[in-house]
Amino acid sequence: MIKESSLIADNAIARDIVPAGDYLMKVVKKGQTFRILDLEGNQAADTLFYKADDPAERYSAMDTIREQGNVYLTTGTKLMSNECNVMLEIVADTCGRHDTLGGACATESNTVRYALEKKCMHACRDSWMLAVAENEQFKMSKRDITHNINFFMNVPVTQEGGLTFEDGISAAGKYVEMEAMMDVIILISNCPQLNNPCNGYNPTPIEVLVW
Amino acid sequence: MSTILYEDEIAPACHWSLRMKRGTSLRLIDKEGGANVGMLFYNPENLLERYNAPDTLKCQHTFKLTKGHCLYSDMGRIFCSIVEDTVGWHETVCGNTTKKIIESKWGEHNYQQYRNDWQQNGYNSFLVELAKYGLGKKDMAANLNLFSCVEVNQQGELCYRENNSNAGDYIELRFEMDTLVLLHTCPHPLSVSNQYPRKPVQYQIRQAEPVAENDFCKNSHPENQRGFKNNTLYHLGVDNGGCC
Repeated sequence: MIKESSLIADNAIARDIVPAGDYLMKVVKKGQTFRILDLEGNQAADTLFYKADDPAERYSAMDTIREQGNVYLTTGTKLMSNECNVMLEIVADTCGRHDTLGGACATESNTVRYALEKKCMHACRDSWMLAVAENEQFKMSKRDITHNINFFMNVPVTQEGGLTFEDGISAAGKYVEMEAMMDVIILISNCPQLNNPCNGYNPTPIEVLVW
Repeated sequence: MSTILYEDEIAPACHWSLRMKRGTSLRLIDKEGGANVGMLFYNPENLLERYNAPDTLKCQHTFKLTKGHCLYSDMGRIFCSIVEDTVGWHETVCGNTTKKIIESKWGEHNYQQYRNDWQQNGYNSFLVELAKYGLGKKDMAANLNLFSCVEVNQQGELCYRENNSNAGDYIELRFEMDTLVLLHTCPHPLSVSNQYPRKPVQYQIRQAEPVAENDFCKNSHPENQRGFKNNTLYHLGVDNGGCC
């Protein structure tokens, strides 16, 4: 459901530009709201969430899908943890639909999806591997890298059980906003994918704002 | 007809784990109809390599799983291929029953009072099996729910299909690499049954035929041909053609 936010960018307490191929890992406190802004359009923000004081509790695509009875994420969606607690709620969304089925790109899955010789091209999972290595304070490792949300991605399921990757329904200036229901670590890989028509083969920066 | 090497049964509301060797297959048979089997895969040589539902779905452009599909690890390799399936639709996005879900649907049936007729849940079942290998809840990926179908309408809403699997229906998984298999027979979390469904599952371990060049699963998607190449690379130097 399309819903615009009343929050004003100039009032944000933090604003981070995340270039494609880079990551953002930071704590957002309970009660704070944060926005992911698609600056140039059709970008994919591959996102994971962890409970700040116990990262073993984390975003769970399965629990989120099952508890809301719907595979798409939009305004009103409660993002659930693997302990079936509400971590965040989507409070504004100018896209109308986000994906949590397609997972992230990885160098290894790129060999299967595109070609074996794509094996060394930069991928979201590599950004996450660097993130957990560079942020030892969170005591995380590959075990913590699980099934993510693809904000701004459009991956419809057909009634016959197919999965299609449609062109993005995002555009420059579209955004999604979430309110944290607990202190959370957000881990975003701004997708570097160069092989997928979804982003026009052109990965672009995003901005993350916190109020 | 492939040779049956071993045959056994998993009782309802139970969990188990076993190591499948490359070149063998696991046939699971729904004995009474309406079964659900939660399943996860790990590489016994590197437990960090595990079943990856999103990679499996997106590389084959599918939401349902059936004959011809391969089940992928997060490392671009194929744990196993679905070589036979009389059901037609198995799902992999709804996760497990939890203690809370079981109690809200069917009330509390604890072990103290009900002994072997307790109402075990899928989440705890996997925790127990994971712990046997030094793994924990961090390692619990999105699981398969074999024999269970969840359809999705245009609005994205989930619709659990009752009676998706009938007595005698089966699925056969041919293992393309050595794999640690964790499984449980707890109900599907969206089950609408009036009572906690208690459904046993028969399983057979079979000697699989070697994978031929024209193999159905290998050729069902160009992505799977590349997945098989990744497996070949993994087994270089110890290749036995998938046969013992």
